[in-house]
Amino acid sequence: MRSVSIIGVGLTKFGEHWDKGFRELIVEAASKAVVDAGIEGKEIQAIYGGVMASGRLIGQEHIGALLADQLGMNPIASTRVEAACASGGVAVRSGFLAVASGAYDVVAVGGGEKMTDVSAEDVATALGGAGDQEWELFNGATFPALYALMARRHMLEYGTTEEQLAAVAVKNHSNGALNPLAQYQREITVEDVMNSGYIASPLKLLDCSPITDGAAAVILCATEKLKQLAPNGDAVEIAASAQASDSLALASRKSMSEVASTKVAANDAYRTAGVGPKDIDVAEVHDCFTIAEVMAIEALGFFPKGTGGKATEDGETELNSTISVNTSGGLKAAGHPIGATGIKQVSEIVLQLRGKADKRQVNDAQVGLAQNVGGSGATTVIHILRRRK
Amino acid sequence: MDVGIISYGAYVPRMRIKSEEIARVWEKEGKKISAGLGITEKAVGAVDEDSATFAVEAARKAVKCSGIDPQKIGAVFVGSESKPYAVKPTATIVAEAVGATPFMTAADFEFACKAGTAAVQACMGMVGSGMIEYGLAIGSDTAQGRPNDPLEYSAGGGAAAYIIGKEKQIAEIEATFSFSTDTPDFWRRQHALFPRHAGRFTADPAYFKHVVEAGKGLLEKIKADPRDYDYAVFHQPNGKFPLRAAKLLGFPEEKVLQGLVTPLIGNTYSAASLLGLASVLDIAKPGERIFVVSYGSGAGSDAFSLTVTEEISRKGARPSVLVKDLISGDKEYIDYAMYAKHRRKLKSL
Amino acid sequence: MNEALPLIWRRIPERYNMLGSKCLNCGTPYFPQRKMCPKCRRKGKIVAEKMPTEGTIYSFTEVHAAPKGFEQETPYFLAMVELSNGVRVLSQVVDSPADKIKIGAPVNMVFRKISEDGEEGVIAYGYKFKVK
Repeated sequence: MRSVSIIGVGLTKFGEHWDKGFRELIVEAASKAVVDAGIEGKEIQAIYGGVMASGRLIGQEHIGALLADQLGMNPIASTRVEAACASGGVAVRSGFLAVASGAYDVVAVGGGEKMTDVSAEDVATALGGAGDQEWELFNGATFPALYALMARRHMLEYGTTEEQLAAVAVKNHSNGALNPLAQYQREITVEDVMNSGYIASPLKLLDCSPITDGAAAVILCATEKLKQLAPNGDAVEIAASAQASDSLALASRKSMSEVASTKVAANDAYRTAGVGPKDIDVAEVHDCFTIAEVMAIEALGFFPKGTGGKATEDGETELNSTISVNTSGGLKAAGHPIGATGIKQVSEIVLQLRGKADKRQVNDAQVGLAQNVGGSGATTVIHILRRRK
Repeated sequence: MDVGIISYGAYVPRMRIKSEEIARVWEKEGKKISAGLGITEKAVGAVDEDSATFAVEAARKAVKCSGIDPQKIGAVFVGSESKPYAVKPTATIVAEAVGATPFMTAADFEFACKAGTAAVQACMGMVGSGMIEYGLAIGSDTAQGRPNDPLEYSAGGGAAAYIIGKEKQIAEIEATFSFSTDTPDFWRRQHALFPRHAGRFTADPAYFKHVVEAGKGLLEKIKADPRDYDYAVFHQPNGKFPLRAAKLLGFPEEKVLQGLVTPLIGNTYSAASLLGLASVLDIAKPGERIFVVSYGSGAGSDAFSLTVTEEISRKGARPSVLVKDLISGDKEYIDYAMYAKHRRKLKSL
Repeated sequence: MNEALPLIWRRIPERYNMLGSKCLNCGTPYFPQRKMCPKCRRKGKIVAEKMPTEGTIYSFTEVHAAPKGFEQETPYFLAMVELSNGVRVLSQVVDSPADKIKIGAPVNMVFRKISEDGEEGVIAYGYKFKVK
């Protein structure tokens, strides 16, 4: 397979965009990515779009065709990719495979979600579809509830505390305060988290990522064609792309205190990239809930199993500490417009490796990792990016 | 007749509201109301319970105690006046849940508070005639009382299920006798949310006339005497009526008390006399005789004469949780606001 | 949430009586039913198997923010129940005092309404659990 690089990234502001719909958001992100790549746009041969629940949230399916149309890219191939909250990451991987295989030299990967056009209950119901509809959602489960069940096991098995979970949110808000595109650019305290109301005990409001509108896009190019097709871009190489699956229903998992699909995908990615957890300078992990980040940094091998909460509380995942995790603010503070999230993670790593992350820049970042999870762990997609020498 | 009860099961929901708490909301004299009705508290189903879930819980216990293959149950009849569906049988829900489907017949019965005993009679007829081997008869209600209506103090919830058959009876039903007339003392029209009643008219020309006529009729039919019975169970819309009915028929109060469950769970409507009978069967010894008279508004009474057999001593013949435990065991007291929420009495819900 | 009527009907054996599956090749019980044993795939032989109706709480949460259709029930307890044969099921826990709902608590199945399609639509019934 050919080496693939990311030559352009583009993001909208994440938040409540009352005046913008899905179309406006995705066009804004894609246009920014094309400009960032320093290309004209006509080099792009295919589009991959990551969207989770547009049918339920905006009543629109056939997103692939919509993207090509709105971006003025007809008649090139345009395909929607759906893997619940991992839709964005899996879209990046789809684009990666298409370029790596030699099918295309340049592709655009976009993703987004317009979530505020419907009620919070409708959003909860739509997101519930990422789990097992007939045996989880039907019985009254919500996504916070599924992660709460995992959190309770993690607390029992490893002594993780609610305060340690709160520390994840505090750290991510601290990073989000440095990200001008983040939904929440304000710091919070452990007390703020502890005093917020329960959504699904032990998870409280401030343990949960918000409902967000937003879009993100990246432009991928075959590394061997960079000079020819994208001479002006600041390219970052995709050192590995890996994906793994697990049972849809939480009930069928062997363990509920770890995300097994992340372990499998991480091992695969590390092997392909020829690096280990210690080599990762910056990571964007899927913190849809604080417990998810704790389980992610354990499954990714940054910290031994069961110590993720303690490590976070001890500040080991803060900006420029042992490992900088979720410098963008993560899903928690930057926001979680589902289809955009996996792409935003990758673009944050690109900015970090380019040295363009401004106030939240990780010192001398060489290798970065993005971990994007679908459902309660049924899908994990991981990308390892490397600064080009 | 050689038909009888093979097994029984009872269900009472866990929540309770005290009569005095209801009276507090309507600013009435709770203690006096409670004493007047002979009811101190009533059982209330949760927001996710209805007469079908009550019926299933009771029926599953009955099936378990019977030891029979539920596929041998040829008929499931559910008597209720609080059906979850006006059209669509509760009986098929119960039949499916106990594993009796599909080669059987099923129907819902409605006759105010005596639909459960009507279901028992239907099963007796079908078993006695050889149409079916076993029948499952259930009385189940989440009795509804209109806010600030006298009925609100008494309308409780519960269910009792009986498997009727010929083999291995725990109690033989020697005879049954009914008395029915067109007497509109209590009713609920098709689209009405709550039943209406005719106040004191529900007493003498309705409850007492029918209970006494059916009771007397049965005693005459089988040439029996109140003294022949160890227990008497009457429909119990409150704690007072059954005691007066007993007196009119010549049964002393002490024979009625074991089967009087209304004071602590309220009137469970179609389940009331059947829950009373279950309470008696919980302690009755082989050879003891039980007299039962139900009452349903509209109006009619079914009277039964039973004799307990040796089979009741078999291990597992009785449910592991007795009626007295259902009444006094694990329970949770709620206030009127929670009651209104769980029974969906708030219009905006 | 509200489900399509034929779907509610199809699931009645599973939801009323926890009728699951078992692979005769490897002996693994499954709930809900599976048509293919994930362990044995083509070598597996799936037959119907009734699940035990007792188990213990493996994990639990109290849900305060409900999805559509459950708004009137909040807060409610949801648990991962480990049945006595090791199979786990996600279910509501009802009729149990909050202080008794904890990991390891023994539970048994009860029959309840799960959801209903408004005041006029079909009611879906099924299993929930209660602390013994």
